Amino acid sequence: MRRGGRTRRAPFRTAPSDLKTLVTAVFAFYLFAGIVLLSGAATILSKNPVHSVLWLILAFFNAAGLFILLGAEFLAMLLVIVYVGAVAVLFLFVVMMLDIDFAALRAGFVKALPVGLLLAVVLVSELLLVAGGSVRVVAGEAAAPLDGFVGMTNTQALGSVLYTKYLFVFQASGIVLLTAMVGAIVLTHRQRAGTKRQDVGAQVARTPASSISNVKPVSGEGVSL
Amino acid sequence: MIGLSHYLTVSAILFVLGVLGIAINRKNVIIILMSIELILLAVNINFVAFSAFQRDLSGQVFAMFVLTVAAAEAAIGLAILVIYFRNRGTIAVDDVPMLKG
Repeated sequence: MRRGGRTRRAPFRTAPSDLKTLVTAVFAFYLFAGIVLLSGAATILSKNPVHSVLWLILAFFNAAGLFILLGAEFLAMLLVIVYVGAVAVLFLFVVMMLDIDFAALRAGFVKALPVGLLLAVVLVSELLLVAGGSVRVVAGEAAAPLDGFVGMTNTQALGSVLYTKYLFVFQASGIVLLTAMVGAIVLTHRQRAGTKRQDVGAQVARTPASSISNVKPVSGEGVSL
Repeated sequence: MIGLSHYLTVSAILFVLGVLGIAINRKNVIIILMSIELILLAVNINFVAFSAFQRDLSGQVFAMFVLTVAAAEAAIGLAILVIYFRNRGTIAVDDVPMLKG
């Protein structure tokens, strides 16, 4: 594997002593994180599912911003292209295609709220205990090139391991996508009665004898086809 | 300075928002599917944050596979939703256990 063959160095983040860069990074983190959390909350709370999908799209965009702050540019672009471009549009398509009385679906909302809030409080306190207490933060800039990939961009580094070290996993994920595609088509495809379809067997079995007829039209009366 | 704990906190809160969304929108499958997407996004933020702070690229590769599986899951889930709506005329899922004999 060819690593670090290029002489051009990937742009390092400025050292932490640069106060302006530091303030910008911190500000960007809190901006992206705040919008992710607010739009995530709006996704599950808004009454109209179309609004929910739009909030979800906003959450994905800002999560992509967080990924860029972490130095994972390729994943950030993937998130925008795959999620916002495909999955969220698929959601939007389905929400608008199904004609649903959404008011009736909100009936059990108040009843389930206390249990759900209790669940949420317990879970978030446990997770924050783990995140704040026992995890040792490894020193160093988050967005600098990783060890062994110095001089590469994030996309180059990912490509250099994806097609070598993780080749079989990569192929397996392709099979997962193929299965999902075939499954979705099989599930939603239906034969409509009364539509005209091509019948290949009937076309092949057709002979000149069955398709040509010899007629003698009488003069002045036209032909019947 | 923004450390690993900050990213983990954002991810934890986003994860809980997803779980809460499943808990309080019991009837609406579309919102439940979107909540699952939020949960997977939280998992991905965890993977990428650990990858960046542990100086190891495996986390980003794994986040990509999570993304793949999430896309497949969304496609299958929405397909099931469409045929369920076609058969029942509603997407309320609290009477799905009636499928039991």
